[in-house]
Amino acid sequence: MTKMGLEEYKGVYVFAQQVDNKLSGIAFELLGKAKELASDLDTDVTAVLIGSGVKGLTGQLAEYGADKVIVVDDPELKEYRTEPYAHALSSVINEYKPDIVLVGATAIGRDLGPRVSARVATGLTADCTVLEIGDFPLNPVPGKEQKHNQLLMTRPAFGGNTIATIACPDHRPQMATVRPGVMQKIEPIAGAKAEVIEYNPGFTPNNKYVEIVEVVKELSDTVDIMDAKILVSGGRGVGSAENFKILQDLADAIGGTVSCSRAVVDSGWMPKELQVGQTGKTVRPNVYFAIGISGAIQHTAGMEESDIIIAINKDSTAPIFEVADYGIVGDLNKIVPKLTEELKAVVK
Amino acid sequence: MKIVVCIKQVPDTKGGVKFNPDGTLDRGAMLAIMNPDDKAGLEAALRIKDECGAEVTVLTMGLPKAEEVLREAIAMGADKGILVTDRVLGGADTWATSTTLAGALRNIDYDLIITGRQAIDGDTAQVGPQISEHLDIPVISYAKAIKVEGDHVVVERQYDDRYHVIKAKMPCLITALSELNEPRYMTPGGIFDAYDAEITVWGRNDLKDVDDANLGLAGSPTKIAKASDKVRKGAGEVVELDADASVSYIMGKLKEKHVI
Repeated sequence: MTKMGLEEYKGVYVFAQQVDNKLSGIAFELLGKAKELASDLDTDVTAVLIGSGVKGLTGQLAEYGADKVIVVDDPELKEYRTEPYAHALSSVINEYKPDIVLVGATAIGRDLGPRVSARVATGLTADCTVLEIGDFPLNPVPGKEQKHNQLLMTRPAFGGNTIATIACPDHRPQMATVRPGVMQKIEPIAGAKAEVIEYNPGFTPNNKYVEIVEVVKELSDTVDIMDAKILVSGGRGVGSAENFKILQDLADAIGGTVSCSRAVVDSGWMPKELQVGQTGKTVRPNVYFAIGISGAIQHTAGMEESDIIIAINKDSTAPIFEVADYGIVGDLNKIVPKLTEELKAVVK
Repeated sequence: MKIVVCIKQVPDTKGGVKFNPDGTLDRGAMLAIMNPDDKAGLEAALRIKDECGAEVTVLTMGLPKAEEVLREAIAMGADKGILVTDRVLGGADTWATSTTLAGALRNIDYDLIITGRQAIDGDTAQVGPQISEHLDIPVISYAKAIKVEGDHVVVERQYDDRYHVIKAKMPCLITALSELNEPRYMTPGGIFDAYDAEITVWGRNDLKDVDDANLGLAGSPTKIAKASDKVRKGAGEVVELDADASVSYIMGKLKEKHVI
């Protein structure tokens, strides 16, 4: 790849994802992390807001940590489509030359990120869970330049069985998609102001524009498990879709939400949006009940950051006990209903 | 019509992962399979072939051993297999991989390219969209339904809380979700054909319009600084009690931690 003038590239940029003109949670999470990175690099944080009629959202981005907001506002950007969004973000990158660009690893970001990184000819690290500033190589190697102030991007691979830390030393911007639910947003600063820059690179439909024939919103009555404070999560050991009722009863009694492992989704007992794990969602509730879940790394990768993990499993050798704070070896069918009764008596 | 399906041979991470004594992944001890999302993409292509008639070519990049997944695809009903293999292509990140596959695809006639959404070893979901960028064609990611209507495809594109019905003129690239379908099994006749089928093997020099500077480990903009096995956090307490005592134990912990 061709060498670029790397020193021209400055600032930490965040793709501020919005859907239906409402900012997604990941936008605030990325701003929180960007603020830390920017502080280490002594630079500032820029949110890139792309959509149609979205200017009203800039204040909220300022409150969550953006020093600047670049707004690309155009009727072509009403619903997410790969090409006009990729054109918008890559034009911003070419115009403003950021050092770092963070995109959420959402169903939008995982499409936009690779398209944009290929267009601006830089690297992209997928689904990062840790981002920090450091040296590359990590330790000095004789005869090789050690670069400082590099973005070190850590991500799980092989279904969560290994983790790798990746750098992008010779290309800019350094781009990463970041797993939702992992980075912490800041407490919003009421009344914070950001410098707002309006930028429109022009949108002319070409062969890469596709037509959206229909938008079908899937209004599910399930709450987002990533927002839950208490999760009652079931695995294959629950035995059947019907038997999830005892987990639902427990969740109702303690004010929690039911979630599940991949085996449960694969068996068709529960919908995919309730799946915790490497191929599901990353959650960090205050309390995570792992009930009848063996605890493959695939699963624990998505829940091990929970504050308190309580595992119930009849197999004393189940790996879930290696991550649980409190493990109970026993029959979930006996323990869970009794626990629900006890809780009902205590929690009003 | 002509469909190319990009497939990858991956270690099966679902049945547990094996490690060497030095802690590195023991790929030799793990079953090598066709990546599940790619298999769904192949099945989608074969259904189009069944309904409207199509020539289905499967393309993979990997070690010579990756020929196995091409033969499996042929046994399922694909017409041709192309293996891109060359030492200079090894160690590629997603940029270098997509550059390589795009270089191969420039030699092939296609109306539609289908890839899996992501492979279970890397889980990046990047190679499909990056190929489409190199080839300057539209990409429709996360497809959960695919229909061909004349020279267009109509695809249900999944998002977190909705799906879009998208209509795109071919040529275009679609990335398939494994939820798309239930892939068929190989047929006995297919296995017979696959055994005899000639696999086209391409090396670096067969790639069209690619620069050496964008290939393999050296041409990968992302570099691994460190790789390690996942370290589990320390285990807590484990108790084995009867049901009543178990419930008391949990209630005690919930009170102690001010959950209730």
